[in-house]
This record gives sequence, C-alpha cells and structure tokens, in this order.
Amino acid sequence: MTFAQITDKLKIRAVGIAGCGGLGSNCAVALARVGIGTLVLADFDMVSDSNLNRQYYFLSQIGEPKVQALKRVIHQINPSVSVIAYEIKLDPEHIVRYFKDCDVIVEAFDQADQKEMLIETVLSAFPEKPLVVGLGMAGWGMNESIHYRRDGNLHICGDETTGISEHVPPLAPRVGIVANMQANVALELLLNI
Amino acid sequence: MKIILNNTPEQFEYKELTVNELLKVKKFTFKMLVIRINGTLVKKDMYATATIKDGDDVMVLHLVSGG
Repeated sequence: MTFAQITDKLKIRAVGIAGCGGLGSNCAVALARVGIGTLVLADFDMVSDSNLNRQYYFLSQIGEPKVQALKRVIHQINPSVSVIAYEIKLDPEHIVRYFKDCDVIVEAFDQADQKEMLIETVLSAFPEKPLVVGLGMAGWGMNESIHYRRDGNLHICGDETTGISEHVPPLAPRVGIVANMQANVALELLLNI
Repeated sequence: MKIILNNTPEQFEYKELTVNELLKVKKFTFKMLVIRINGTLVKKDMYATATIKDGDDVMVLHLVSGG
C-alpha cells in the first residue's frame, strides 16, 4: 500500500483516545501523522511541567487543558485531522456516549482503577469494538519485556508488570514505545477493515 | 483440566475451578484485575461462582498504573 492509499483508507476512520497523558498524547500524534480522519480526545487535566518528561506538550502550553493543547499540536502537524475534544473526567456513561462511533478505542489512562473501569465498560458495552490498552511501561531499559498480545477484541501493549512508583517513574522512552505500539495496533486494525 | 491462560496452555489437577480458586492456585493476589473466560467479561461479584472448565480460554489482566 502506498502512503496515499493508506491516508485514503484512514481519512474515513475515527479513533477514540481515553486520556491525553503520556500514552494518549504520543499515540494521537502518531495517528495524526499517518492521516487518521477523526480523533476523539478526552481528558480532564491541564498541562504541567512534570508532564514534559514524556507527554507531547511544550513549555508554552503549561496550564492549558490537555485536550486543547493536543488539538493544537495535532493541527500543527496535520490540519486535516478532525479533532473532537472533551475536557472531562470520563465515567462509564461518557465512554459509551463519546466513543460509540469510533472504529478503535485506545485506553491511555495512568491510574490502574481508571484502566479497570474503562476496560470493563468497553468490553461490556461494545463486545466487538477493538480496544487497545497500555499496561506496564514505567522505568527505563528492559525493551525485551515489552510485548503485544490479543484476547478477542482486546489488544494489550506493554510489559504488564511494571507499575509507577516514586523510584520507577514513567519516562519518555518506554511510554513512547508503548504509545506508538498502541498506534501501530490501531493502524493495523484500521487498514484491515 | 487443560486450559489456555493468557495465551499459554496450562494444566491443573482439578476438574474445574472457580475464578477465585484459579487466582489462589496461581497466586494472583493483585487487586486490580480484568478477567475474561472465552471472551466474556467476568465481573468481580461473579469470581466466587464463575467456573473454568477443561478447554476454556482464560485471560487475566493485571492492571498496573502508568500512562
């Protein structure tokens, strides 16, 4: 497939991104670069200086809502992406309402309980819709531990082991690897529709 | 029984196990989990009664933080 054929296929597709932190911002930018038609972004947070070690934001954006900051970043790369931004803390009802028309949903939360809520909601409400989750990417090194596996419509990227802690923070390289793996899974799914 | 657990074949000395029993046998003590049996989500309140039988495909996802 040529790049023109790829963008032609992607322009009619929509991806929902739940959380615009390290996973969500990097995944969204990767999908924007390859020509995704629509991105549905949701996050309640503002850009802060502690985010810049891994998230796709800039010093000048500190204090801005992440979804608005990310929308501007995306449009500086590819203005043809249609970005629908929800500045909100997602609950099960929002997840169903905002992501129901997306071809793929990307789970990009940081808290484990939020991941659990989103995965349970999507698997219950949309048993056929592809859901790409990022699990385990704190720290550095250990490339060999990062993997991809699939269970039906659930696609899992990460090491599935390493949670964040004070001495094992999430950092740009491993977070970026997993975010781009998620984008890669979404891309593969969308090109096979 | 023989099952597939997280994409890997595993054999157990039992004819069947509830989800709670499987978690105990496997020493999966993690609190934050998502479990599916043959693609169907098993909610937490069903862990005591949902059973895993020979030939089942079981996914146990450990939800670690970070993103």
